Amino acid sequence: MLTIENLSVKFPSRFGAFTAIEDVDMVIQPGEIHGLVGESGAGKSTVGAAVIGLLQSPGYIASGTLKLGDMDLRALTPEQAHAMRGDRISMIFQDPQTSLNPLMTIEDQLIETIQAHSDVSTSAARQRAVDLLEEIGIKNASERIKAYPHQFSGGMRQRVVIALAICTDPDVIIADEPTTALDVAVQSQVLKLIQRLAKDRKIAFMLITHDIGVIAQIADRVTVMRKGRVMETGDTAQVLGAPKHPYTRALMDAVPPLDHKIDRFRVPQEEGAEVEDALGQHAEDWLLEGVRGASTGLMLENLSVKFAGPRTSLLRKPEPYVALDDVTLTVRPGSILGLVGESGSGKSTLAKVVTGLVRPSGGTMTLGDAVLPGGKARPRNHPSRQLVQMVFQDPYSSLNSRHRIRDILSEPLWFYGFVKEAEARERLAESMLALVGMPPDAIDKYPHQFSGGQRQRIAVARALLARPRFLICDEPTSALDVSIQAEILNLLKDLQAKFGLTILFISHNLAVVRQMADDTAVLRNGRIEEIGRTEDIYAAPQADYTKSLLALTPVMDRAMLQARV
Amino acid sequence: MVYFILKRLVQSVFVMLAVAFLAFSLFRFVGDPISQMTGVETSVEDQERLREELGLNDPFILQFARFTSDMVQGDFGFSYRTRQPVAEMIADRIPATLELGVVALLISLIVGIPTGVYTALRPRGIATQAILMTTLVGVSIPTFVIGIMLIFIFGVQLGWLPTFGRGGTVQIGGWESSLFTVEGWRALLLPAITLGVYQLTLTMRLVRAEMMEVMRTDYIRFAIARGVPMNKLHYRHALSNTMVPVITIIGLQFGGVIAFSIVTESVFQWPGMGLLFLESIRFVDIPVMGVYLVVIAFFFVLVNLIVDLLYVAIDPRLRVRDVQ
Repeated sequence: MLTIENLSVKFPSRFGAFTAIEDVDMVIQPGEIHGLVGESGAGKSTVGAAVIGLLQSPGYIASGTLKLGDMDLRALTPEQAHAMRGDRISMIFQDPQTSLNPLMTIEDQLIETIQAHSDVSTSAARQRAVDLLEEIGIKNASERIKAYPHQFSGGMRQRVVIALAICTDPDVIIADEPTTALDVAVQSQVLKLIQRLAKDRKIAFMLITHDIGVIAQIADRVTVMRKGRVMETGDTAQVLGAPKHPYTRALMDAVPPLDHKIDRFRVPQEEGAEVEDALGQHAEDWLLEGVRGASTGLMLENLSVKFAGPRTSLLRKPEPYVALDDVTLTVRPGSILGLVGESGSGKSTLAKVVTGLVRPSGGTMTLGDAVLPGGKARPRNHPSRQLVQMVFQDPYSSLNSRHRIRDILSEPLWFYGFVKEAEARERLAESMLALVGMPPDAIDKYPHQFSGGQRQRIAVARALLARPRFLICDEPTSALDVSIQAEILNLLKDLQAKFGLTILFISHNLAVVRQMADDTAVLRNGRIEEIGRTEDIYAAPQADYTKSLLALTPVMDRAMLQARV
Repeated sequence: MVYFILKRLVQSVFVMLAVAFLAFSLFRFVGDPISQMTGVETSVEDQERLREELGLNDPFILQFARFTSDMVQGDFGFSYRTRQPVAEMIADRIPATLELGVVALLISLIVGIPTGVYTALRPRGIATQAILMTTLVGVSIPTFVIGIMLIFIFGVQLGWLPTFGRGGTVQIGGWESSLFTVEGWRALLLPAITLGVYQLTLTMRLVRAEMMEVMRTDYIRFAIARGVPMNKLHYRHALSNTMVPVITIIGLQFGGVIAFSIVTESVFQWPGMGLLFLESIRFVDIPVMGVYLVVIAFFFVLVNLIVDLLYVAIDPRLRVRDVQ
């Protein structure tokens, strides 16, 4: 049994100590999956790191007790603590791509870990490792164990990580976002595995995640954290089905539902001050002036993209890798087309082809009534370079950190020759900031002074200042917390309605696409599996692949949870 | 894998051709070879005859082709100064430079890697700060100053070590080695340290930076989280991952050590290729300069090829294909 009482962790700095978590209480019984949920900065991972003694320097435990059974974890010497790690408490990290040593075989890493904690011969350790891999669902384990990490797919690699975590029979496993980097199908397998291990081996899991769907699906108990403090704790059905704390309620409202469409998200609290409408009026008029005439649709016909594959032999031509295979789709003028698919399905390649960053190997693209040349055949001054704009996934890397917001926002205005005078550009940029819900004084600041959500608003403003008729949003909210995601999605909906924009909305999140898109296309291995009206597809999916995607997405079924209370 | 090596080999051939072209241009266009070879008393008709005999009136491409094919066959021509074949002169000097370079490299690795690891694992220790300060001084002082300082302290003041020449050498086959006598080693020590100091500081700082980076990665944190013993963690997990990028730089630097041993060789009167090159410049001995250029380029290409092979040996991601 893991007991955490009044735990506080501080990070000293030049500006005084920063309290990362304060007065956290938690008890995890053997065999229990305890969900720890909250948004970024809530201190979830710090709790896990404190328990296993891996707090990033200079963080330290300021007060509280940490007990595993009768053992006081805080009283251990560094050597004892290190011997305890792996043996009694183990950990699973988020990204299976980076959590295994790339230069060592799976076998070496498993045997080394087993021998670190028990005095067994190498052959006995190997046997145990093979048995474990079999148990965890890796076929032909005695052969596969000799492979290096890069020879496994993402889901298999996460299984190997889990095997490494349990190979020494620990009592507690801290799983820090164990499925966030995985596709839904693989996620559901890994979650089932965790559930089975908790039940069969009586391992206590601390499941740290931001995904309430995952918690609802497998956690027995849940603790909701915010800004380093526990907001609410209890049985999963109790906390999620009948939340007592307003924060829990707000958090759950922000989660986009998969099973029905809602008009707007209820936003917990608006980020930034309420902005006067009058300020944004200028930008609104300017945009409307530019969008006279019918909206612009996009038509892709038999579009294919091939990349050169790895060369396997000197004489044979390398097999091409087909990223997009005969894709035909239409984005109706003034509508939103949602494009869903797992990683590697070709979603982002499609965005790159439309923007002219990748040359298609076949097929045609039509924007409005003009044919779009592909790749380098599209001249730098082609009108589509202005008409098509993008909002990227990661607002941290898509804004130049050395430029002020003024420069970032003015650039499209002078680049496309819309506004000649610097002062007028600035006025328009300020007004545009107001339109996307940012205070006008943001213009003097640098990107790092803003949160992820605010940055994404700036990225949207930048895209709009090019007076686009067609917007490509490539996973615009997957780097953001749910409450921020709700705000950005609301903003995009408002802008789309106001200016009749046509949007290609790319996401791996089926629930988000249902809320946003008029039409939906399901992409798999570069092929369109299914395309149609969003509500039709979600209500009655035709393709087996769509069905399984929908079935495997973890959802928070409130009615079901309430029934369990 | 085979394809990868073949590709590198083909690339190397092109690099060597480019360098040969430079060497040839130097040879052909810097001064007039005929007036270099003949005295003032040779008549203009004789000069013209010689020019015709030596093929200097042939088209440029033909001359370059002849030059390259001679080079490939080991015929490097004759020195203007000593009238000896250049191949012999270079072959005489290569052992001295190579031994100096290799010993300097070994010193830099044997000292540089462990101190790099130490300073990475104790980033805030007093010893670490002291080492970092010292090495900063080491990088900022030019090589020849270090050489002269070493000569002054160990050669002149203390009188422990010789200050010039190779000491005792032993002939093994065609290779004149100073590695088998005490005198030879005594003579080798100061120049090798001088030459290796910069490489040493670079290796150390590089190992330190890479290792600190590696220690922050997820797989190291995961290894700590599952209680892998600390010495295995540091040397088996962290150090091997550190070495992947470090090897490239060390390899490139080794080429540099061989090429820029000129300064050290002239300070210590070390009879290597660098000294030969300096003498050749003084006497405008263009054939020797051209060949030196080609030989050094060959070393660079060779070392790079070895680095590529080491990469393949260390990193399974280059060696073993994905199986899904």
